[in-house]
Amino acid sequence: MKRIALLGMPNTGKSTLFNRMTGGTARVGNWPGITVELLSGRILLGGDMVEIIDLPGIYDLHGFSDDEQVVRHFLHDNVPDLALVILNTTQIERQMSLLLQLKRLDINLVVMLNMADEARKFGISVDAAKMSALLELPIFLLSAKYGTGYPEALQAVTKALRYPTPGMAEHLRSQLEQDGHIEAEMARVLKHTVQVPAQLSDRLTEKLDSVMLHPVLGLPIFFGVMYLLFQGIFIFGQPIQSGIAAAFSWLRETALGPLLGGLPQVMQGFLLDGVYNGVATVAAFVPVIVLFFLFMAIVEDSGYLSRAAFLMDALMARLGLDGRGFVMLLMGFGCNVPALMGTRVMRSRAMRLLTMLVIPLSLCSARLQVFIFFTAALFSHEAAPVVLFSLYMFSFAAAIVTALIFKNRFRNTEPFVLELPPYRFPTVRQMALRGWVEVRHFLRRATKFIVAGVVMVWLLTNLPPSAVPASADTFAGMIGGAMHPLFAPIGINEQLTIALIFGFIAKEIVIGALAVIYSLSGDALSGAIGHQLDWVQAYSFMLFTLLYTPCLATVATLQSESKQFRFTALSLGWSLGLAWLVSFAFYQGARALGY
Amino acid sequence: MSATTLATLRAGDTATIVSIHAEEALHLRLLALGFRNGKRVKLIRMASFSGPLQVRVGTTDVMLRRAEAAKIKVQII
Repeated sequence: MKRIALLGMPNTGKSTLFNRMTGGTARVGNWPGITVELLSGRILLGGDMVEIIDLPGIYDLHGFSDDEQVVRHFLHDNVPDLALVILNTTQIERQMSLLLQLKRLDINLVVMLNMADEARKFGISVDAAKMSALLELPIFLLSAKYGTGYPEALQAVTKALRYPTPGMAEHLRSQLEQDGHIEAEMARVLKHTVQVPAQLSDRLTEKLDSVMLHPVLGLPIFFGVMYLLFQGIFIFGQPIQSGIAAAFSWLRETALGPLLGGLPQVMQGFLLDGVYNGVATVAAFVPVIVLFFLFMAIVEDSGYLSRAAFLMDALMARLGLDGRGFVMLLMGFGCNVPALMGTRVMRSRAMRLLTMLVIPLSLCSARLQVFIFFTAALFSHEAAPVVLFSLYMFSFAAAIVTALIFKNRFRNTEPFVLELPPYRFPTVRQMALRGWVEVRHFLRRATKFIVAGVVMVWLLTNLPPSAVPASADTFAGMIGGAMHPLFAPIGINEQLTIALIFGFIAKEIVIGALAVIYSLSGDALSGAIGHQLDWVQAYSFMLFTLLYTPCLATVATLQSESKQFRFTALSLGWSLGLAWLVSFAFYQGARALGY
Repeated sequence: MSATTLATLRAGDTATIVSIHAEEALHLRLLALGFRNGKRVKLIRMASFSGPLQVRVGTTDVMLRRAEAAKIKVQII
């Protein structure tokens, strides 16, 4: 099968084009380095199946960071039949250097000048036909985001695929030594084909930046926006979640209960109190997750992440990290796993490891579900969003403390140079796609972990058969009892202890496990928990949930990215220890103060 | 018309790059981002608490730390 590789600098829209070509769901965003691994998809082109490969962005062919090496190795080991070079038209005056480097490799090339819409808006004009003639390459202006110019470009790709790729990059390195010539050629081509206005007419970005990056107001605006986002998620998401939970309870009473009435008591209990209650309680959070990721898609696509890196770099530098590390923490709000993989853009291994040590402390969307449930159950409607926000602040604080403690062990001198892209807005299609991808991800986790988790919890709370369900004589009761000396000082009871143990697999299981343990769902469950716990116990439980190991997938990613068992063990041990100490200090402190 | 480094410019200053004195990896990254001898750079703003600088080179806005900026010799216009 013929193979097409997408090549270009970071943040030029390779993944956007990949999604358009293959109908794929690669994650996109206005941030250099969203894609850090190879993605492939197959399409029918001119009657043949063709494999399209989306590669991480590279600044040049000499790159030293892990994601750039992925590209170099790929080009070396699998010569593509065609390389689609994607350049940001707005930045053609610097990105052409990569094209000229690639041209020396003697592979079939088709060039896409992407973001042509933006370039036009900024007043930059490119004579693609003339450039094509000067460089002797097929060159097309297009917008991968909106699709203009795409059909013509695709036709050229189909045509170019008919010819075999001429040579290969056998002597990749030696070919690249002659960068000197590139500069002169670049100047020659640009002079004849590109016109850039003396003053870029991107007034919007300049105006927004003068507010967003304001020396005094910048940081308060950042935290203010964050507060409003999470308040929005709570105010809109929580009622929907509670409504769906109620619908699931109704479905059980009116349909499932009578339907399964003929089964033996134990089977009914297993299916309804175990599997159904557990999974339904978790599934009620799907709209919250979608809402959260729609917000996240807007933030990631807007270009604001780079601004956050700019604002926070001064602090991050004192912690042995840089602005990118802060952005990874923000990405970790969605899911810690891609954030951990995102650290591949860092060249210094020490900085990469230090960043990977703080990312698991970032309050991910799975933990958000637990917190929405608990804050709604224990706090007034006015207080709950504030409590939720305080947990995000705790998440940052834990990351800061961790970096301060470990920065000398992971000392580094990584330079910090990063692009600030213009502000953009995602299309409705892109947002819908992101929401769908996250629902799919959630469902995959649900079928993998959540069902197995709630079944295990049901078995533990109902076995041995002689014991009264959920009593101290069950296996769950025994485990909870055995762990009691460890968890009593932080105000966590036996039932919550069992939920926490299963939360080690995935945080989504925590709420599902509680539904099974209490054999309640919906409002009845939050009512029971609100009745049994006071706010100090609940907050201590939430702090522990926030800080201890996020999930098995995160642990596996820590290991596969660091390839160092000692590091994974350090991360696990540290987060557990920190969780216990912080919960202990909070719980005992609050009690000592008389709460 | 004095030779100085990018790190000593003030917000709003425009200068021409004279030379870049960085180790290979950083040098290549700067080249790829558009920093080349003879190119014009404008210092847009500086972050507070001695944070990074926002610099416009060609049509690209780049942030870099003062330590990195000190490796770029410029001539103020």
